[in-house]
Formats: sequence, C-alpha cells, structure tokens
Amino acid sequence: MSGILVLAQTRDGALRPVSFELIAAARELSAQGAGPVAVALVDHDAEALARTLAVAGVQEILAVPTPEPRFEAHVTQAAVEQLIAQRRPSLVLAGHTLDSLGFAPAVAARGAHGYASDVTAVSWSEHGALARRPAYGEQLVAELDFPSKETVVLLLRAGAFAAAGGSGGGGRSGGLAPDEGGGGSGGLAPDEGGGGGGGSTIEHLALDLAESSRSERLELREAPSDEADLAKADFVLAIGRGAGSAERVAELEQLAARIGARLAVSGPVVEAGWAARARKVGQSGKTVAPRVYLALGISGAAQHLAGMSRSRTIIAVNSDAHARIFDVAHYGAVADLFDVAAELDRALARQRDLDRTP
Amino acid sequence: MKILVAVKQVAQLRDDFVPPAAGADDGAVVLSAGALQWSANDWDAFSLEAALALRDGALRDRRDDVEVVAVTVGDERSEPALRAALAIGAERAIRVWDEALDVTSDGADPLSVARLLAAVAEAESPQLILCGAQSADMANAATGVALAGLLDYAHVAVVSAIERDGEQLTVQRELEDGAVELLRISLPVLLTVQTGINAPRRPNLRAIKHARAADLTVLGLDELGLDGDAPATAAGARTAGLYARPAGGAETLEGSPAEIAASIAAIVGKALGS
Ligand SMILES: Cc1cc2nc3c(=O)[nH]c(=O)nc-3n(C[C@H](O)[C@H](O)[C@H](O)COP(=O)(O)OP(=O)(O)OC[C@H]3O[C@@H](n4cnc5c(N)ncnc54)[C@H](O)[C@@H]3O)c2cc1C
Ligand SMILES: Nc1ncnc2c1ncn2[C@@H]1O[C@H](COP(=O)(O)O)[C@@H](O)[C@H]1O
Repeated sequence: MSGILVLAQTRDGALRPVSFELIAAARELSAQGAGPVAVALVDHDAEALARTLAVAGVQEILAVPTPEPRFEAHVTQAAVEQLIAQRRPSLVLAGHTLDSLGFAPAVAARGAHGYASDVTAVSWSEHGALARRPAYGEQLVAELDFPSKETVVLLLRAGAFAAAGGSGGGGRSGGLAPDEGGGGSGGLAPDEGGGGGGGSTIEHLALDLAESSRSERLELREAPSDEADLAKADFVLAIGRGAGSAERVAELEQLAARIGARLAVSGPVVEAGWAARARKVGQSGKTVAPRVYLALGISGAAQHLAGMSRSRTIIAVNSDAHARIFDVAHYGAVADLFDVAAELDRALARQRDLDRTP
Repeated sequence: MKILVAVKQVAQLRDDFVPPAAGADDGAVVLSAGALQWSANDWDAFSLEAALALRDGALRDRRDDVEVVAVTVGDERSEPALRAALAIGAERAIRVWDEALDVTSDGADPLSVARLLAAVAEAESPQLILCGAQSADMANAATGVALAGLLDYAHVAVVSAIERDGEQLTVQRELEDGAVELLRISLPVLLTVQTGINAPRRPNLRAIKHARAADLTVLGLDELGLDGDAPATAAGARTAGLYARPAGGAETLEGSPAEIAASIAAIVGKALGS
C-alpha cells in the first residue's frame, strides 16, 4: 500500500489543534502525488472523537481505542507500529510535540524507517519526500531526503502549517504548506468532499495493545493558573537568559510594573529560579498573543516562539545580530538590554505625555 | 547499578560566519570545518548531574554501588565532552568513532547515532540510560528514544524530575502548556533529561587535570560488531543541502540606547493606543 497516515493528537480525551495542521499538510502532499490521506486516532475515546476528524481531503479515519484514558508512550508506539505494518504508508505525519517525542523516534528506529523531526516544510515528488528542518542552532536550514525508505516518519512543527477544517489555530505557512485551510482556497484541497469532508469513512480497529503499557500515571498536574495574568495582557515584557541574574530579573519586573506590562520569561529563567513557572512562555509554558511582546535577551528558540509568535507586534532587543528572535520580530534592536531598559522608563513616560497633549 | 550517559559535543556556527543571503545562489551553504566552533551540549550537563546524584543518593543510603559511564559518538573533537564528564565524577568514558562516520558534514543522523549507542549499551547492559532531551545544534530530540526503541527499553522523554525507589523510578515529564505528568516506571529504563532538572556540579582544578590525562576507551565499528555500512543503513535521512535561513522582516531600530528606547516607546504607544 501507500498513502499518508496522519497521527491525530489528543490530550486526555480532547483533540489537539495540531491535528488539523497535520491534515492540511497531508492534503497538500496528497495533491502532489503522495497518495490518499488516512487519519489514525489512537485514544481511549477514539470512537467518539473520530467524527470530528471528517474534514475535506481525509479519505479514511482509523479509530484505535487504547486501554487507558491517557497517552502512554509505549501503547501509542505499539499501535503505530501495528498500523505501519498493516498499511505500509509512504508517509507518517505526527506533530513535533512532547507526546510524539516519546514514541516516534522509537517507531522509526525499530522499523528502519525514514525520520525527521521539527519539520517546517515538506514536499513530495516521484523521488519521495523532501523535508526542511533547522540545523546548527537554527542558524541554517537543512534539506533532507530519504532514499530507499519505504516509509518516512515526519514530525511537523506545530504552527508551521496552516490548519484544515473548522478547528485549530492557523499560523505561519511553512513555505511549501498550503496557505489556508478550511474552504480549500487556492485549489489546494484535492477532491473537495463538498460540505466539509463528506468523503471520510470511519474504520474501527482493535489492535493488540493490552500488554503494551510500561508506565503508571501517578498524577497529571495541570498548568499553574494564570496568576501572572499573561493570557489577557495587552503588553508583555519578556525576559530571557540574557538578563543574567535573579536580581536583574527582579529589577526588570519592577520596570514592567511601571510601564504597565506583564512580566513573562523564557524557560531558562524559570529553571535558574529567577522567576515563577507561571511566567514561562513557550511550548511547555503559556501561549500568549498580546498587542505588544517586548523581548529582552531572548534568543528565539523554536520552543519559545511556539508560545508568542502570534503576538500582534513583536519588538526584540538582543546583543547578537544573528539571534533567531529577529526572524519573527517586527522591530529589532541590536543592543545591550540593560542600556535600553534603563532608558525605557523615561521614554515611555515622555511618550505618554506626548499622547496626552493633542 | 550501572548508568550510561550519552553526551554530545555540539557544533555552532562561529560568530564571524556570515551565511549567504537567502535567494543568492538559492542560499546554498557549504560549511568548512573552520566555520564551526564546538562545545558540550547544555542538556547533557543535567543528565550527567542526574546520574551522579543517583550515585550519591545510593551511597548515602548504603544501597547498591552505582557506576556512571559516559559515552559519545564523534571524532577527537568530541573528547572535551567526555573529559568534562570524567572531571565531575564519571567512572569511565567511551568514545565511538569510525572513518565511516562523518559527524561534521551534517551533524550526524540521530538514528545512526542511536544504532552505535545501542551497540555500546548491549555490551555494557546499563540499568539506566540518560540522554539529553535534545542537542543544541541539531535539536532532533530523537536520539534517546530511538536508542530505547532499538534496545526495547522502557522510556520517558523530556523528564524534569527523577526519584529512585529501588528498582522503580518516579519521574516527572513535561507536557505542553506548562502541565506535567508524574509517572512510575521500572528499571531498566531510558530517560531524556530536560535542562533545569538540577544544578550541575562544577569540577575542581585537580579533577580537571586528572581528566585531561585519563584514558578514554575508543571503539570502532569492528569492536562493536557492526558492519561498515551500519551507520548509513540505520540513518533516518540524508542531508541533501544546507541553506541560509529565510531572512526575517524586522525593521531595525538604530541609534543610542535612548533613541532605541524612544522608538520602542513610540511603537508601544501606537500599538496599545489603536
Ligand atoms: C521540550 C522542550 C521544551 C521547551 N519549552 C520551552 C518553553 O516553553 N519556553 C522557553 O522559553 N524555552 C523552552 N525550551 C528551551 C528552549 O529550547 C531554549 O533553550 C530557551 O528558549 C532559550 O532561552 P533564552 O532565549 O532565554 O536563552 P538563550 O538561548 O541562552 O539566549 C539568551 C540571549 O540573550 C542575549 N543576551 C545576552 N546578554 C545580553 C544583553 N546584555 N543584552 C541583550 N541581549 C543579551 C544573547 O545574545 C542570547 O540571544 C524548551 C526546550 C525543550 C527541549
Ligand atoms: N553523537 C552523539 N554522541 C552521544 N550522544 C549523543 C550524540 N548525539 C546525540 N546524543 C544524545 O542524544 C541527546 C539528544 O540529541 P538529539 O537527538 O540530537 O537532539 C543528546 O543530549 C545526547 O544525550
């Protein structure tokens, strides 16, 4: 067989938006000749959730119920291995998410499949898949091919491919990805099924997963509540490792209060104990989209960008002209963050006076 | 108990390396060895510390002896990562290298590296294997779990706390949006370790000197019982080309700090006012 197998992603009984980004990417690859699109849902509630995946371009939905109502890496690994063995897809698409990192590399290594993670663009030709991903601390882009691999497993970066269907968050297009999901604009969606995926069939698969679990969940701790009030903030002042010390972060927190901004931080700032976990923005922290995101001393790693790249206006100050944050920023200054911070108080006060006098 | 810790010497572009602009010549980049500078992977310092902390804990509680073995796949340039591991207390260090591998050209494929590490693990039979959650240069976040798959070890990715209770571990893994999950899992197991999980100790000068002179075990493919084409066969992908990353569209704010601050204030005022 051939075709594309999309691994939909859930968290404790709910579909995650990245699932629709994967479907959109699959649809585009299908239009380029990679074969029909099947979406597998490996989840305790697979049967109940399956219908929500019936969007244009999805030929088949495979509902694979799991014994436990939670993600368990070894169970998903076993399920995906069985699916690949049965269907021999030429492409398996999953999200570059924390769950996928727990099973996809094992599936690929054991099956001797092709593999690439954090893929930001992908295309298909008669030679197979061609994928792009970052290299050398994201300073360069690597183009990868997969000669003589019958099946290639790709983890696509969340947010790099616009979502299909009614759900999901849209986002920056990954170059080769479709520009828009939903209504099949630009003629990208193959055989439009009319009213949103009337063409999908649902198949229930009972796989052998009873003995696959190898861990026991003791507890799921939800994210700290938004005590930092980041989600609703219009103006976020975000501080990275460049701040250098707890004292400096505390000073910048006072600055934030004076200029009417909420303080957010990058992962390393929390890890160093310079700020509370509730303030972390990024893949494993909060997702924010304020009117203004002012980033000081943040390099702009993909995991940080995942939490803030949809901010309306992004301003970055970094002493390194090559910092990745400048790629997503609308305004950037190559400067010492403390020099700029020292002037910000006064500048914003003056600006406010200017705004007041007509 | 034996703990195997995989460490990587990572490559970054030198500060003075200027990639061609995207668009010119398709933005294709050819890297010479001189374009790179090398350092130990951030993540590995935390997994090393986690291993040493488990050893200290076992010693304090008069439990089993714990042996910490560091391993890397790479040429001579990757030796500093191993010597750093020895300097903070790893008992042994193993470097795997063969002419058939060329780590410099494309950062090496994570599945190839996992295949070589698997051969080392099969010889060492560790009860616990620690890898970094990802490497700073290639950010595959794949090598550890691929290795666990090849060995059929139980595994947990992106772990931010580890506690041992005899043959069982309680680990915390990170999820999206700031949630975490506590899992119990039995040895043998492979974990990929997130930064910030602990405070890595620093070596003292004597230990550094000692480590500088220490013997490293160097193993080739033959000694691991692998064919010359094993790394290529195991590889998940081939690097077809390297390109400059697309330039961002940021407008540059120039001038003195005061002028930059004034520009920022104006932008903020406009963005919030509208
Ligand atoms: C699975 C996983 C999940 C993750 N989740 C998150 C997450 O949710 N959020 C997150 O932020 N990270 C996350 N990370 C970590 C992420 O990969 C990066 O390590 C992190 O974002 C880097 O933070 P930083 O930019 O503050 O630090 P660095 O990358 O160290 O950058 C510091 C920057 O400060 C600049 N600088 C230094 N001094 C000055 C100065 N005086 N003036 C101006 N600039 C200066 C430097 O040039 C540099 O660019 C995650 C990683 C993994 C593997
Ligand atoms: N060449 C290598 N030698 C030893 N360990 C490695 C090597 N490459 C990757 N690793 C291990 O895998 C982790 C994650 O790397 P990666 O999968 O490349 O993101 C690293 O932190 C190391 O623990």
